[in-house]
Amino acid sequence: MKSLNLELAWRFVLGRKRAMTMSLLGIVLGISFFVITQAQTSGFEAFFIRTILGTNGAIRISDRFQDMHGTVRSSSKDGRTKFLFNSREGARYTEGIENPVLLRNALDHFPQISGISEILQGNAVLSGTSRSQTVEVHGIDPSEHMMVSDLENQIVQGQLNTFDLQPKSVLLGNRIAQRLLLQVGERITLQGGTGNIQLRIAGIFETGVSQIDKSRVYIHLPIARAFLGKRFSGSIFQLSMFNPKKAPEISAQIQETTSHRVISWQEREQVWLDVFKALRISSAITVSSILLLSGLGIFNVFAIMVIEKTRDIAILRSMGFKPSDASAVFLWQGGIVLTVGIILGTIVGILATYTISKIPLRIRGIFSTDSFMVNWDIAHYAWAILISIVFVSIASLIPARRAAKIEPAKIIRETL
Amino acid sequence: MNDRVLQKPLIQATNLFHSFSEGEETVHALRGISLEAHAGEVTAVVGPSGCGKSTLLYLLGLLDRPDHGEIHLEGESVAQASDQRRTFLRNQKLGFVFQFHFLIKELTVCENVALPLRKAGVPLKTATKRATEVLCKLGLEDKCKRFANKLSGGEQQRVAIARALVHSPALLVADEPTGNLDSTNSEKVFELLLKFALGEKIAVILVTHNPELAQKCNRILRMKDGQMIKN
Repeated sequence: MKSLNLELAWRFVLGRKRAMTMSLLGIVLGISFFVITQAQTSGFEAFFIRTILGTNGAIRISDRFQDMHGTVRSSSKDGRTKFLFNSREGARYTEGIENPVLLRNALDHFPQISGISEILQGNAVLSGTSRSQTVEVHGIDPSEHMMVSDLENQIVQGQLNTFDLQPKSVLLGNRIAQRLLLQVGERITLQGGTGNIQLRIAGIFETGVSQIDKSRVYIHLPIARAFLGKRFSGSIFQLSMFNPKKAPEISAQIQETTSHRVISWQEREQVWLDVFKALRISSAITVSSILLLSGLGIFNVFAIMVIEKTRDIAILRSMGFKPSDASAVFLWQGGIVLTVGIILGTIVGILATYTISKIPLRIRGIFSTDSFMVNWDIAHYAWAILISIVFVSIASLIPARRAAKIEPAKIIRETL
Repeated sequence: MNDRVLQKPLIQATNLFHSFSEGEETVHALRGISLEAHAGEVTAVVGPSGCGKSTLLYLLGLLDRPDHGEIHLEGESVAQASDQRRTFLRNQKLGFVFQFHFLIKELTVCENVALPLRKAGVPLKTATKRATEVLCKLGLEDKCKRFANKLSGGEQQRVAIARALVHSPALLVADEPTGNLDSTNSEKVFELLLKFALGEKIAVILVTHNPELAQKCNRILRMKDGQMIKN
């Protein structure tokens, strides 16, 4: 019986080719636009996250704090209920990590951490052959830092291996190199801290984050300690994680157990992440309106069709079709348009997303890319399909219910 | 006459009353109608427009319910039976022909005719075969695969008759089946309807305004103002 209703629905759909094509087009465009916009916004967001994780890591541990009077304790008279709040307001901060070895041992208890890099930061004046500028010195252990960053892939000139093998070498951000007209192999002087040091440029890197590319230089950690006059302490830790999404909760745990200031990448980049989230939601709402309009279109087509088909429904009822059969014919029509729309919309979405990913687009600032970034995520397709199912179902259900309520005797009497 | 008395009626309506609203007015369409019809018998219901003929057919065809009174179809009380039961009976026991053919234009002639069988769960092949047979008997064998709206008025009405008879109903209810046809077509279609129905021992109750056609029926029931005035 279901197949007969489906067969009738199919014939009715074919009998309204133009109206159904317009409805179908609405679903196809709605689904494909939804997928395209989500692929782009989440593509740029994912690329931004990859950039910041590859540059500053998932978690950063910096200053140590001591709790002075920030703990609030309370308990009931019978002693059963107890409250304890730790307040950071009364904490005293000590700049940098006091004892890196002890902290490393403590971090061994966190299996979610995949790498630790100790970084000593400080400021210096970098002088090239003709010009100089203030830079942010990062003392690192190259092999350790590779575990927590994407530095190896960020090198645009020179070799990371050269930097690794030559302690008196330096890696420069590409904007510094451009501004000071420096090339790989040239010598520069860092002034500040305890004096001057001369270093050879082993490589030039580009993170895409302009703030970093125009101010950061990497030197070896022991050289940095001597140059900045911080022999044992004052450094920070940059951590990488197997699952960076869990950084906030791991950060909180590390902070509680080590009494150091710990910031996850989500907290650090909250402003940009909020911008991406707002863009994603706003584009989803905008594009959903196309699906809503196509749903209204389908409702319109079906509502008119129920009026036009009243006599046919009445005669079908006289032949023994149940009210539920009458409504099923209209629900099936919605199902047919929806199914074809989903298939075509998905295909168009995939093709358009692929085409967009090939469009050249140069972006520098918060990341570095030369083409549109797209994210291939099945969730985008699932959401687009779900939204279209909801809209088309509602659009079909109302006319279908109306069809079920048709009284054959009344219709036939009025027709004759 | 004796045979008729001895035979159990296929359908028996007793003291039917029915009214419906038309705008703000209530139309008392039937006021205590009683009748019975037997298998293989053709009954014509005649009377002036608005006397309740069509309303009577809709009640007998289980398309509507009487306000009062009883209808027995093959001994089963059906006037107040459940919607599900009445729907089943319409599919299994009843056939309808209306003044207008009411064919579904998106379906071919054969598909239109096969609809009652398909609804009853008869497989597509069997239903198509049976529909083709009936169409052959009505002289439409060459129109099977054409769409219904491509046929002439007389042909469309013959297709409607084929659809009403394809599942060999016990009762055929026909509301002015030739009302939309010219005299030549009207007579031709009517002859076919009678021939086929009688051949299959189907009881026919039909409404007509054409006295010549009514004269060809076994019985004539005359109605006026919702009442039977002559049997």
